[in-house]
Amino acid sequence: MKNENLYKYILGIADNSLILGQRLGELTGHGPTLETDIACTNISLDLFGQVRSYYQYAAKIAGDERSEDDIAMLRKEREYLNVLLVEQPNTDFAYTMARQFLFDVYHFLLLTELQKSHDVTLSAIAKKSIKEVSYHQRFSSDWIKRLGDGTDESKAKMQTAINALWTYTDELFHQTEADKAMVLESIGVDVTLLKTEYYSKVNAILAEATLEIPNQNGFKKVEKKGFILNIWGIC
Amino acid sequence: MDMGVVRSAVISNDVVKVEITPTYSGCPAMDVIGDDIKAALKAAGYASEIELILSPAWTTDWITPRGRKALEDYGIAAPLGPEADKDVLLNGKRIVKCTNCGSQNTRLVSQFGSTACKAQFQCDDCQEPFDYFKCLK
Repeated sequence: MKNENLYKYILGIADNSLILGQRLGELTGHGPTLETDIACTNISLDLFGQVRSYYQYAAKIAGDERSEDDIAMLRKEREYLNVLLVEQPNTDFAYTMARQFLFDVYHFLLLTELQKSHDVTLSAIAKKSIKEVSYHQRFSSDWIKRLGDGTDESKAKMQTAINALWTYTDELFHQTEADKAMVLESIGVDVTLLKTEYYSKVNAILAEATLEIPNQNGFKKVEKKGFILNIWGIC
Repeated sequence: MDMGVVRSAVISNDVVKVEITPTYSGCPAMDVIGDDIKAALKAAGYASEIELILSPAWTTDWITPRGRKALEDYGIAAPLGPEADKDVLLNGKRIVKCTNCGSQNTRLVSQFGSTACKAQFQCDDCQEPFDYFKCLK
């Protein structure tokens, strides 16, 4: 493939949203309340809408007979380039919201920068998506605060979820070879530069939620090598 | 047209080229809107091509006064300005007008409504539940 780095770069972004969207989609009809059920599935729908644009573009770059659906759905597990955070299961609502929050803060920072991409298609998708993601971020941050600064039980559950998922946050800032190549061409975002702002934003919300900031040692060191968990939660 | 979804329509070589843009990325209505435009143009004797564009990104500012009225008549409260929108969605302010009785004694039930572009509200005077079209800038 002529533009393999660009193709892989697009998938790196799209796969995160696809897998997270699938996880949220599992809650259709199973959310803890009707309102949160609708919220999670609406966020899922936004993410699927966004990935459609990415996969359509990836299909164009690939230039073979594969359609957007083929690229989205017909790869082997290990060919997905998502980070581990997004595939973590919906253990309980605290986990679902903590996962969402830890991803949304990153996603918003990524799209803020991607709007400046020299690739006009990626820039257009970012400008469109960021409006939706800013709303996701508000929603998930709100739940972190509500459960963190809530009852003893909700606080304990949210702290457990944040502690458990914290280990996956460092991977958000790892770069693949394709990522690095795209940064050099001013197409991709240098995610390493987002890390300081990410943790300062996340920590500020956790503090507001009266939650403890987990000890930053012991991050998972797996680098975008596809599913470690099975998507349907059968490990 | 009144929702700002149709961005342009140009006739060249007897084919009408229409550009449409989604309100939200995942809007499931886009295929139907495209098909409806095609069918309407066909009925009027024109061949057409529909193109989905993303840039510039859709904003609620593009809803025309007639579009806003049509939303209200249907039972969907039209979007407020960005500051007022934040106040009702995040700070619990009661200013969204009930589409049934016009009272502003309304409260947010859910930040997401029946679709991603709307939030769910209820009127505390007439008890009517209704959708509010969220401001998107």
